[in-house]
Formats: sequence, structure tokens, C-alpha cells
Amino acid sequence: MAPERSLEQLLPEKTLKTRVPQEHVERLVRPAPSRYRNEIAKYLVHRGPECKRCGKCGEVCAHEVHVHLPGYKYYGEPRHHLCIGPSCENTDRYCVAQCPNGALQVRENPMYSVLGDCRWSSDLILATWKMAETGDVPPAAYDYNYETGNSGGGFDKLRFKFPKEPPVKLDASEIDTTVLLNKRGDGRPKIKIDVPWYGGGMSFGSVSNVTQLSKARAAVAFNTFTCTGEGGYMERMRPYDDHVITQVATGLFGVREETIQRVPIVEFKYAQGAKPGLGGHLLGDKNTIAVSRMREAVLGISLFSPFPFHSVYSIEDHMKHIDWIKHVNRRALISTKVSTPTDVDMVAVGSYSAGTHIVHIDGGYGGTGAAPDIAKKNIAMPIEYAIGKVHQFLAAEGVRDKVTLIASGGIRSAYDVAKAIALGADGVVIGTSEMVALGCVRCSRCESGRGCPRGIATTDPELAAKMEIDWGTQRLINMYSAWRKVLVGILQRLGVPSVAELRGRTDLMMHLDYTNS
Amino acid sequence: MPEKYHIKTKPVPPRRPRIGKHGVVDWREDCARCHNCVKKACVYDRYRQEADYIRSMGEVEALFFDCMGCFSCVQDCTKGLLRLSINPEYERLGNRYWKPDIIKTTWLQAETAKIPVSGAGYRGPFSGHGFDAMWTDMSEIVRPTRDGIHGREYISTSVDIGRKLPFLTQNGNQLPPLVSLPMPLIIDLSSPAHTLPQVDPIVEHAAAATGIIALMDARYRPAKAEHLTNIAFYLSPDSPAVPDELLRKTRLVEIADGPAVAERIQALKRIHPEIVVAIRVELTNAGIGRAIELAGLPDVETIHVVADANGDELNASQPRFLKEMLRQIHTALIEKGGRDEITLMAGGGIALPEHMAKAIICGADLVTINLPLLIALECHLCASCKPGTTCPAKLENIDFSFGVGRMTNLIAAWHDQLIELMGAMGMREARRLRGDVGRAMFFEQLEEETFGKLYGTRTKP
Ligand code: SF4
Ligand code: SF4
Ligand code: SF4
Repeated sequence: MAPERSLEQLLPEKTLKTRVPQEHVERLVRPAPSRYRNEIAKYLVHRGPECKRCGKCGEVCAHEVHVHLPGYKYYGEPRHHLCIGPSCENTDRYCVAQCPNGALQVRENPMYSVLGDCRWSSDLILATWKMAETGDVPPAAYDYNYETGNSGGGFDKLRFKFPKEPPVKLDASEIDTTVLLNKRGDGRPKIKIDVPWYGGGMSFGSVSNVTQLSKARAAVAFNTFTCTGEGGYMERMRPYDDHVITQVATGLFGVREETIQRVPIVEFKYAQGAKPGLGGHLLGDKNTIAVSRMREAVLGISLFSPFPFHSVYSIEDHMKHIDWIKHVNRRALISTKVSTPTDVDMVAVGSYSAGTHIVHIDGGYGGTGAAPDIAKKNIAMPIEYAIGKVHQFLAAEGVRDKVTLIASGGIRSAYDVAKAIALGADGVVIGTSEMVALGCVRCSRCESGRGCPRGIATTDPELAAKMEIDWGTQRLINMYSAWRKVLVGILQRLGVPSVAELRGRTDLMMHLDYTNS
Repeated sequence: MPEKYHIKTKPVPPRRPRIGKHGVVDWREDCARCHNCVKKACVYDRYRQEADYIRSMGEVEALFFDCMGCFSCVQDCTKGLLRLSINPEYERLGNRYWKPDIIKTTWLQAETAKIPVSGAGYRGPFSGHGFDAMWTDMSEIVRPTRDGIHGREYISTSVDIGRKLPFLTQNGNQLPPLVSLPMPLIIDLSSPAHTLPQVDPIVEHAAAATGIIALMDARYRPAKAEHLTNIAFYLSPDSPAVPDELLRKTRLVEIADGPAVAERIQALKRIHPEIVVAIRVELTNAGIGRAIELAGLPDVETIHVVADANGDELNASQPRFLKEMLRQIHTALIEKGGRDEITLMAGGGIALPEHMAKAIICGADLVTINLPLLIALECHLCASCKPGTTCPAKLENIDFSFGVGRMTNLIAAWHDQLIELMGAMGMREARRLRGDVGRAMFFEQLEEETFGKLYGTRTKP
């Protein structure tokens, strides 16, 4: 095995010279409350005119729902989102029971059911928001189900079989959540990430500067990666070069030799799970001056990437592409992102033999900034089926330990991460969950007009100004921290000391729709 | 370059207020009258549009609210007075099979003629009933054309109706007649639950504008004689005879199944040797067997199998779905031999363009629809279109060009979406999609291969 070489030995002089100092971001949890005045709440607290302002509720409530600011005559609007709901009755701190004047009522918020959908239930969205706010698992009192959504299949029907007592007692600090991304032993850097996930490709154009930078900074804090997507490399990303994956996608928008040389991982995007076989779409409205400049395209026209690579007809052609990038950047690892057709297992093995380090499979229910509805729903298989198929085929071909398998397309929580790994992946890529942490409500309007009304997936300056980088970074760091905590907890309860050892352990799970015998 | 199939479209806005999924409930009484009210900040300007609308109507028509559900105003209101809710009128649209989102997306396509595109990943269930329990395949490398979305005009959606010879011949006179359609779609007779005579002329024109064929009652007389090539009369046992000179100008005719179908076909061919005759077979339990039996008769060239409006087997306590019935018929015909010689048209439960592609994958050569075109006219599928009841979409006042435009737009959008799916599959020809289950993945099969192997027997149907 060739010895690893230093950056100075690996980078061309020109690239080394233009390299900017890399910024460090502290992995620190700090509160990052919602940027909106009224956080959406599961329960509503109603204070009636019977209130005599005696102050009892403020004293008893354990969750600081009732606020009476000094100098004000009346109580302020209750902080509904902190209320744990009618189950509080079972404690001795239930304001409704303790109010001497019977002025209080607590009930479910009718608006709660309006939020969310089958895949991202309202519980999952609110729990993710809480994690992004506090950096911790939401307190049990809130009773959020952040383990599954309501899609009725796949991850939502898989459960871990937690033994009553873990077979081995493991301290949280002993659990290893790192993932090795280069298993080829080809002398290229043995990059390890601290958590078994990295951020998915979202181009500038589909999301704002602030969103991209927040993702990059969180990736630095957790020693993992973020991906530029297909729209080119923003100059502002350069202080984070060492944690950036840049994409070579079918449109080849913004791909240049120097940007390829900056990064430790280059990803070939063959397809995207949400619109397999169709190529990227950036609708004209979102092709603003800045976007068109970076993509070297005409302002305001819709940019459709072709499908597939015009220069790839076969695995040999794919190999030629990989060789080209490996030659341009001699330290880069190669990732190949494909979606999930019936023959995804063959594609994965082919890609391995062409020289890829990472096979990244993106399932049919994956996220997107814009895709035809018919494609999102109907084309290619959900990731839950594809992971095992690819994992087993790689093993049967004797190359499973020579390639890193990354899964994406519907990973919503740390539970999904663990399930994907137990099905056979080495790690995952996440996207939508990061958007949710930044305040996404899954309204699906990212593509139209000015883009995301919540300022996340937009390049409209006025809308993008709704979010600040520090806040965005903190929300993501907090979510990552909470996820890692949940993941470590799962491994502890299973008595599995590392993420690497969880891989392929389907025996630790069961499926609710099967006899499990 | 030969001339390509292209449907001319232009936007046709709705006549009625849009029915959005979300509405905002506003508890106005506590309002602080903020100078910078969040309502002014709605990215979609919904509040102003609503106010304008109410003013223009001179009446307060509630529930005009096509809010996009972004929660921004709700979360930013100084006093927390705004609440989002699901519009009850939206939830009342359609029925258990024709769900509100099907109605809504059909309306949108009929308005814009465009493929619906949205952001964020799929929001629906993992899999579902009928066509929702299958996915179409895609190919990572194989393309029908090398140009992605450009050059898709090279994907052919044409299909032929009629009997095909199992051998090559050099004698053109021996060839049985064929009807070529630019896309695998026929407009079926209007459903008995929604009988609206004023819709027929609109259907006639929409069929002509899109180059497809509409099945019409034997009593119908087209407004324009040249539209006869886009019309196929349906002859039930009790329909009056269609005059021979009219029949001779059509290309396709459909007859009800019955004991003397062979004689009936021969009689029609004597009048018009170039006509293709389809036999309508209802998909009851017996109907499935009957379709298979008919396919073996020498005179039979085209069979039109029809399930109920929801794609279910007729008169069955535990009905099978169209997808399963088609696969059964198609497989039986292959086993008997001669599948390629006859044409199978399938209708009932085809509600979305993906159903067209999926039904073809399951074995139909082409599909027939009626309700989607009615929905295009803003129908809610409330099924109250009987004398004496009021149609919420006021279909009785429909404007002719509005109707033709909306139906044409919908058909164009379906055509584009078929191409979208075929493009991803790497298929160049709709004819070759027929019965190609290798280009699809079925829920049951994937479940068994993935979880069945690991976790035993499936306990849920
Ligand atoms: S306990 Fe009841 S009366 Fe006292 S301040 Fe609270 S709501 Fe008002
Ligand atoms: S437009 Fe809606 S779905 Fe898209 S990122 Fe913004 S909030 Fe999320
Ligand atoms: S929720 Fe969003 S789209 Fe709806 S009215 Fe409020 S700001 Fe406008």
C-alpha cells in the first residue's frame, strides 16, 4: 500500500498558492430558537377572562409556558410550544388543575394536523426543530415520535429489537461513530468523517448562500462534508474547502479544473432519486444574475441538465471520467451518485470496478429543489429496498470492503441513519432534514417564483435575508449533536460499539408487517 | 426531420375561484393593526388577491383562498392570531379513489398544459392501492435519445389499433386495417353517473384537436363532418343503427359483447371494410375469461376491457384491481399465443398520466379515460349532476372554447408526462412498453426480495 502523502506533495503549486486559510468552527451547542415569533405548537393554552393574575400558573408550570413580564398588567400570550399538553395532568404541576379560578384550558392545536405529510409527520418536523433549537433530544414529556413518520412502509415499519439489557455495557464515550470513506487502499487519503452522514448536494441557485454556508460550517464542526451540488463553486465556500465535495453533474455547470483541485472529494452525479433519469432542473426565475454568472449561462432561462452524461455510454466511459478527475486532482476521492433502478446492484459493482471510492445511491423518495411530481412519486425504487440489494451484491462479488456505500433519499432522523446502516450502508447523505432544521415546513414551493417563502431554498435577496449564517450554522450543529446522541443511544442499547459494526446487522431489526419468525 | 406529434395549447384559467388545500383562519377581533402586518409580506400576495376578489364579486364568498401553506404569516403575526387549516371544500373533492390531490393536479394541468413540478421530496405514502404499488424503472445509462430533455420529440408515443399479422407479407392488399393514434389514449363514453349532454361536442373537438379518438353514443352526430375520423360510435344492442355513410367515414367502431360478435363484425366490415371493430367487455370475473376467449376468435381484432370508475372488478365482493386483471389477461394471451395479433384497450381507474404508462406496462396497448376530462372542466366529481341538483362547478354554463382548451391542455400534459416516464426508462416507443414488466418494479416483489427474505411472511395484504 502506498504511503499517504501531504497536501504539499499532492496539490499542484498553483492550487496550493491560491488556497485560502481554512476556517475552524467550534462544535458547540448553543440555544438557537426559531426565527419566527410564534413557534408552531402541538398544544394550545387558553387563558380565559376568569384569570385574576394571581401568579399560580407561572409558579407551577415546569416548562415556562406562562409569562408575566414585570411592568405589564396582563399575562403575555402563553408560550404554547413549550406546553407538554394534557398529559401534564399526571404531574403535580398542571396549571389547569391548579388555577384557583379555573381560567386555563389546554387542548391539541388544530393546526398541528395541517403541518407535515406522510413522510415528514408533524411530530418529526417539530422534534427536528426542537433538536435544532436545543442540540438535544426533545424531552420525553413532549412525546414526539421522532423515530418514524407515517408513510406506512420502509423505515417507518422497521424497528430495532432492543434487548431489555444491552448484551455489553458500553459507555457513550466508547462508541465510535466514524466512517472511513476510502476503503480502496490506493494510497489516496484515508478520509474519516466523525458522524456517519454528510450533507447532500444543493447548488447555489437552488438554495441561498446562507443555507450553503451554514451547511459547510456545520460540516467543519463535525468533521464531515457538504456538497456544492451542480451549480459551481462559490468563492465564499473556499475557507471550508477541506470539507467540501464538489459535483460533476451532467450539465457540467461551473465545473473548472481549479475547483476540482480544491476539494478532497469529487462526486459524479449520474442521477438524482427524486427525478431519476431526467437531469437537474433550475427554473428560469431562480437563474438570477449571480447564479447565471457562476453557471456561465444566460440569465433568466430555465437550466435543464441533460441526462445522462453525453460522454458516458458504458462502464469503460465511466472509468475514463474517473481517471480524468483522479488525474486532475491527485488527492481526491471519487464518489459516484446514482439513483435506484432495478439493476442498481450492477451499477454499483460496475462503478467500483471503474475506480470509485464511494458508491452513493439516492432512493426514489429523495429530496429536490424542483422535480416533476410524476417523477418524484413513480420512478425508481425507494432506498429501503436498494441498500440491501447493493450491499449483498457487493459482498457476493467480494468487493464489499473495498468500497464505501452511502445511502440517501428519505433519511429523516438518527433512527433512519441507524436503520440504513443496519440494512447495509456505511453511511448516509442528508438534505431535507437540514432544510427542516433551518425552518422548512415542507410546503413544496421551493421551485416556483421567488423560491422558498421561508428564505431557505431561494436566491431572492429579500427572502434569503430572513436567515443569518450564525443562526443557520448553530441550528445544524445542534441537530447534528442531537442526532449523534440518539445514534449513540441506539448503539448502546444494542451493545454495538461502532457504526462500522452495525453495518448489515438486519438481525437487530424487525418489520412490523412480517411474522419475524 | 419528419413532422412530430405536437398539441397546440394555451393557458385556460379557471372560471371558478380556485379551491386551495389550505385556508387561513383569522381571529380578527384581537388584531393590533400593526403597520407592518404580516399579511402584506405573503410571498404569494394571497391576502391582497383575496381582498380584490371579494371586492370584485361584491359579495363575501368565503373559502376563496389558495394559500400555499408556508406558515410564514401564521408564525410571524405579532399577536399570533392567524391559524392555518385544511380547506374543508378541498377535502370534499372527489372520492376515495379520485382523491383531492388528483382533482387538484388535473385542474392545474387543464389550466396550464404543463407538467406539474414542485420542490421537496415526495410527500405521499410509501406505496398504496392499485397503481401506487408499482414503480417505473429508470436506466442510468441507456437513453432513447442522447439529449436529455432536448430531443425528446424522437420518443414515439404512437400505437396502432387493429389486428396485426404474425408474419411478414409483401402483399399490401392482405394487410388488415389499422388505426394509428399519436398517443395511447382514447376518450371513453361518458360515465353514466355524470351524464352531461353539453359535454359531448366539447369532447368531439378535443379529440380532433389532439388527433385521438373519442367513443360516442350511436345517436351522437358530430358538429363537423371531418371530425368523424376522431369519433368511434359505440353500438350497444339497443342503439339505433348508424347510417352507413356516416360509418364509412369513421376508422373505429365499438360493439357490445354478445353471442353473435363474429357476425356483427362481419356485417360491419361489409359496410366498411377498412373499419376496425373493438369489442367492449366489462371486467367482471366472467369478463376476464371472456376477453381471453374472444382473443382466440379469428374475426376479433380489438378488445376493450373496462373496469369500474375506480379501476375495480365489477360485481365482485373483493374486487381485483385493473392492474392485476390486465396482467392476468395479458399473460394468458401470451401463453395461448397470438398476443401480438390483437389490440387490448383498457379503461376504468385511469386517473393520472402515470396510470396510462403503468397500465401499458401491465399489458394494455392503450388506455381509455373519461372522468379526467370531466374534471378538466372543473368538475368536483360530486356525482350530483342530475336534474334538480346544482353543480358546484356550474358545468351547465360551460363555454365551448373553455372546455375544448381545458381538455386539450390536459391531454397535452399527459402526453408530456408519458414521455417523461419513457425517457427515464430509456424507452423510445410506446408500442414496446406494452407488457414490459421488466421496466417496472412491483411492491409485492420488492417486499419479498427485501424484507420477506429477512423477516418471514408478510402479515399485511
Ligand atoms: S393561575 Fe389562573 S388566575 Fe392565576 S394567573 Fe394563572 S390563569 Fe390567572
Ligand atoms: S419552499 Fe417550503 S419545502 Fe421548500 S425549502 Fe422552503 S419551506 Fe421547505
Ligand atoms: S401561509 Fe404563506 S402562503 Fe399562506 S397566506 Fe400565509 S404567507 Fe401567504
